[in-house]
Amino acid sequence: MSLRSELLLAAGVGLLVVTARADVKVGDSFPSLPAAGLTGGALPDTAGRVVLVDFWASWCAPCKASFPAYAKLQADYAARGLVIVAVSVDEDPAAYAAFVKRMHPPFATLHDHTQQLVRQVQVPAMPTCYLIGRDGRVRVVRQGFHGEDSERELRKEINTLLAENPATS
Amino acid sequence: MKTPRFRHVAASLLLGLGMAASCGCANTNLVRVRPWERATLADYTMRPDRDPLATANSEHVYFSRESATGGRGVGGSGCGCN
Repeated sequence: MSLRSELLLAAGVGLLVVTARADVKVGDSFPSLPAAGLTGGALPDTAGRVVLVDFWASWCAPCKASFPAYAKLQADYAARGLVIVAVSVDEDPAAYAAFVKRMHPPFATLHDHTQQLVRQVQVPAMPTCYLIGRDGRVRVVRQGFHGEDSERELRKEINTLLAENPATS
Repeated sequence: MKTPRFRHVAASLLLGLGMAASCGCANTNLVRVRPWERATLADYTMRPDRDPLATANSEHVYFSRESATGGRGVGGSGCGCN
């Protein structure tokens, strides 16, 4: 092996180590929610359902703006098989509790108090929501919340996922 | 018995790992604040315009120095008449 080849191998190994990431992308299996140790309430049954997992924080203004839209989605689609799980990444439990008390969301709002799940998922921005199909695979990753545009696009994507495979329950 | 070629490959792998570890890029906790870690940065006290008096002073210094009014979002002609 020549010196040039050795240097190329070394650079390749170094690059591989540096760029190795574990972020969840479209097509990946979403990490287990029951295993994530979420607190703040009961985890709804997600088996065979379309799941919207939203990562939010009390200090994030777009997250706050997204909650009324998710409440509408919950009202419109829960009966057809959509489950919304909003996961707080707040480091301060009091901030999480105060936000939930103020907003009164009609969907599950749990607390990733150790930030274990969010580290595992490696969310690219706050907020980020993941739409997961009935097979447990991530189908859509949506960064940020842009008001009616985001809600309209989410509705389109949720309709598509719900129509793919009717609930068997 | 290990061949020289094996030693070269092993040395290259070690060099690569060493480069990744020593350049600081491998340890993401050193410099990168992850999106879920920005509670402090998002706090009101981190806003540059949190103090109206300080903002007004800053504006005054700015337009006095530039001899122009309205350079910071307020409508003005820039005629130097302030």
